[in-house]
Amino acid sequence: MSAGSLSEGRLASAEVVVSVRELVKRYGAQEAVRGIDLDVRAGEIFAFLGPNGAGKTTTVEILEGFRPRTSGTVSVLGEDPATAGGAWRDRIGVVLQESEPEPGLSVRECVQLYAGYYRSPRDVDATLELVGLADRPDATATRLSGGQRRRLDVALALIGDPDLIFLDEPTTGFDPSARRAAWDVVAGLRDLGKTVFLTTHYMDEAEHLADRIAVVAGGRIVAEGTPQTLGGRDRMRATIRFTLPSAIDDGDLPDALRPLAEPSTDGRTVLLSDSPLVHLRLLAEWAIGRGVDLPDLDVRRPTLEDVYLALTAPAETP
Amino acid sequence: MTATLGPAVSMAGHQFRYDMRAFLRNRQARFFTLALPVIFLVLFGNVFGGKNDTVAVAGGRMDASVYYVPGIITLGVVAAAFVNLVISVTAQRETGVLKRRRATPVPASAVIAGRALTAVVVAVAMATVLLAVGWAAYDARVPARTLPALYLTVVVGAMAFCCLGYAVASVIRDHDAAQPITQAIILPLYFISGVFVPVDTLPNWLVQVAGFFPVRHLAAALLTAFNPHTTGAGVAGRDLLVVVAWGVAGLVIALRRFSWLPRSR
Repeated sequence: MSAGSLSEGRLASAEVVVSVRELVKRYGAQEAVRGIDLDVRAGEIFAFLGPNGAGKTTTVEILEGFRPRTSGTVSVLGEDPATAGGAWRDRIGVVLQESEPEPGLSVRECVQLYAGYYRSPRDVDATLELVGLADRPDATATRLSGGQRRRLDVALALIGDPDLIFLDEPTTGFDPSARRAAWDVVAGLRDLGKTVFLTTHYMDEAEHLADRIAVVAGGRIVAEGTPQTLGGRDRMRATIRFTLPSAIDDGDLPDALRPLAEPSTDGRTVLLSDSPLVHLRLLAEWAIGRGVDLPDLDVRRPTLEDVYLALTAPAETP
Repeated sequence: MTATLGPAVSMAGHQFRYDMRAFLRNRQARFFTLALPVIFLVLFGNVFGGKNDTVAVAGGRMDASVYYVPGIITLGVVAAAFVNLVISVTAQRETGVLKRRRATPVPASAVIAGRALTAVVVAVAMATVLLAVGWAAYDARVPARTLPALYLTVVVGAMAFCCLGYAVASVIRDHDAAQPITQAIILPLYFISGVFVPVDTLPNWLVQVAGFFPVRHLAAALLTAFNPHTTGAGVAGRDLLVVVAWGVAGLVIALRRFSWLPRSR
């Protein structure tokens, strides 16, 4: 953990609501989860990010109490999900990866049915408002579009006013605008002070929503951090690219920049810099001094996608 | 256990209200469970119940058209408590509806009892409708003396077939298989149990086979309560006992095998 932001400092002192140690799940000879450790603190949005088949859903279903584990310890809201009862379920909300609405009921009736399951439910209409279904309370739930069904799923997970919400791949199969809308709903959960455990295979989803990300591949956590620091992204070298006029080549660059040059295939000069600000200043002074323009100059930090692909690629073939 | 009984009962009532609404809004359920038994009663009474046709029953004979009333009530009870329940519970399980409910604090007993209560209420309503149709169309009257026994039989039969329904649903893997499997089980039993064809016209060995299964005993118990030659209250104790035994066997299987999670994935 480097570069502690303000919110990170607040979260670091918050209560641990999900704690997992050395979690293992085997299906016959196949090991779906191979020793996972993780902590989720109150009030954070935690993203469990990984490719399909990485063990995300298996892990989240163990945390939700749906599946028994092979070994390891798991504590969710202070209880073992494998043995926790109704009082514990009163404090969690679950959005499953695949589930259809209650057949035959309207949107409002679905939410009313679920409200009756909890000790102190939220207001039905206020909850519909929150997820953006206030304009369709009487629609037959099974006739909703995919995005609207997801909103209803979130409403059903929220109606019990839980402390902790699990979202298993909430936007898989969505078009871009439906994803944006779903993200707004999830971001709204943060404002309610809920703790959110999110699984996703979309890197941009994790980057957009999460306070903290754990990347899982091949049943193991391969990296953990904030979207800014994940996989040492904040310490990775930036790439500076530009095209020199034909009369000038890499050898004419200032002494401090010449060793940074990397081979490139497109004729552009590529510099890998661990202090891009200093090196850009050197480059600019040198270019202006020589009357050279660098019109296609760009500076790029590694994106989370670069980091994610680097982290998950080798681990997929264990 | 007693501490949680009160909330579980009120939650079963809550579940029942929504299950009932969902049942009434399902077009397939409305046709196969509510309309079809009435259509069958009208058809069978007219096709097989000519003016002079009578059927041998305990203590004498009764009009064939009247004979079909308790037979079709059997069908109504089985359609509501068994066929419809197997299909809807399997669909709810395979589409993740049961799994999502399982993630809430609702007790399993409340979900199961709420759904079973829906089936029992529908069965009782169907029995009432069929009695009214039988009375209006064929002048089929149940003696007031045996009317309580008739309703007792309907309720006990519906509860037993709910248990059997949960048992069968728990062994069906695929949502699409629910309808053909239940029909394959139940249609032959209707034919050999005196529902579609009077038992006295069937070969003896077939009646023996039918006697092993609960449909025959439910039909026989309903006929006992319906038969004007019956003396006393009309409770067919031995038949009901067989129906209850099947229900208990179903309950044991259901308790051991019931799954909240989809089985086909």
